[in-house]
Amino acid sequence: MWTIIHKMGSPPWFFRFSGTLVRWLLPITIALLLVGAVWGLLVAPPDFRQGNSYRIIYIHVPAAVVALAGYYVMALAGAVSLIWRIKMADITMRAAAPVGAVLTAIALVTGAIWGKPTWGAWWVWDARITSMLILFFLYLGVVALFEAYENKTAAARACAVLSLVGTVNIPIIYKSVDWWYSLHQPASLKLTGESAIDSSMLYPLLLMILAFYCLFALTVLLNMRAELVWAHRESSWLKQLAGGA
Amino acid sequence: MHPIRKQRLVLVSLMVVLSSVAIGLVAFALRDNINLFYPPADVIAGKAPTDRTIRLGGMVVEGSIERSETELDTTFWVTDYEASVAVRYSGILPDLFAEGEGVVAEGMLDGAGTLVATQVLAKHDENYMPPEVAAALEGKIAPADRAALP
Repeated sequence: MWTIIHKMGSPPWFFRFSGTLVRWLLPITIALLLVGAVWGLLVAPPDFRQGNSYRIIYIHVPAAVVALAGYYVMALAGAVSLIWRIKMADITMRAAAPVGAVLTAIALVTGAIWGKPTWGAWWVWDARITSMLILFFLYLGVVALFEAYENKTAAARACAVLSLVGTVNIPIIYKSVDWWYSLHQPASLKLTGESAIDSSMLYPLLLMILAFYCLFALTVLLNMRAELVWAHRESSWLKQLAGGA
Repeated sequence: MHPIRKQRLVLVSLMVVLSSVAIGLVAFALRDNINLFYPPADVIAGKAPTDRTIRLGGMVVEGSIERSETELDTTFWVTDYEASVAVRYSGILPDLFAEGEGVVAEGMLDGAGTLVATQVLAKHDENYMPPEVAAALEGKIAPADRAALP
């Protein structure tokens, strides 16, 4: 157990391991995205009230779900960085922030596009939408804070504190539609009990959520590899890997 | 675990717990402002201000929609199954606006307790199903829903 963690913290080992992972994850992600998109956009039936406009759910919900889950990845990496001072945890946290920001932006923009024809408004300051906007600013805050420091060790520590304090927002986003009166409807996907979405529409949605998880993992890994190459550009192991050029 | 790391772990946990408690208290104190709308029962009970714009949310009462013959004026009743408030609105309603469906209306209460709305938003529920399934469940499709079908 501990040897694996120590290995994970070793840049040459992680670089080789993530290389293999990316080679497998890339085709899997593309396949899942393609199958999920075709199934959701072309094969799944239209909704009884919203017609075809509900199909934006296949982008909106996966982006939002993974934006929330991705925040925990970033905050957990921040905690590991604060407690164990592992460089690789700093890199994970830093790599996850921009990906999470983009996913949150996708959720917000698709939500606005969906809101116009269904609710009649692009934007409403209800609890779900506002807390999601705060999540977007938290992600951007971590990115900006990291760049604001010259000393990257101090930067990582500040970012870890910010992302850990921000975790309180995640359950608020998740439960906002139940705790307060909001325009956004309650969750259709339920962890326990029957989902409020017909199975013919549910399966492509679950597939798309899985695809977005893979996409998140893939982009974070690629980000981390790019970061590693830059940080170790003078190291011998990297030069060896590059073919001794 | 190394004592220094243990101490850091405690610190990190405390940080998360304390900030959660702080923000939880703020959210609890501001709960009335976080709510997007007042349910009709609160409006009838006088909990909603009458001197400024408010939002009213609930279900459109079945058979309560009255449209003007010549203007865009519409009146309807909004209910939370405890109380009902009348809404008057002049403008184009969202496609999903229908009897028995959720709605959020923004406007001011007049002296008679009617909400004079400046904006009406449709609030849809979390149920998604194909039209055939809905028809099978209902036994029929309501005319308002039929218009929304592709």
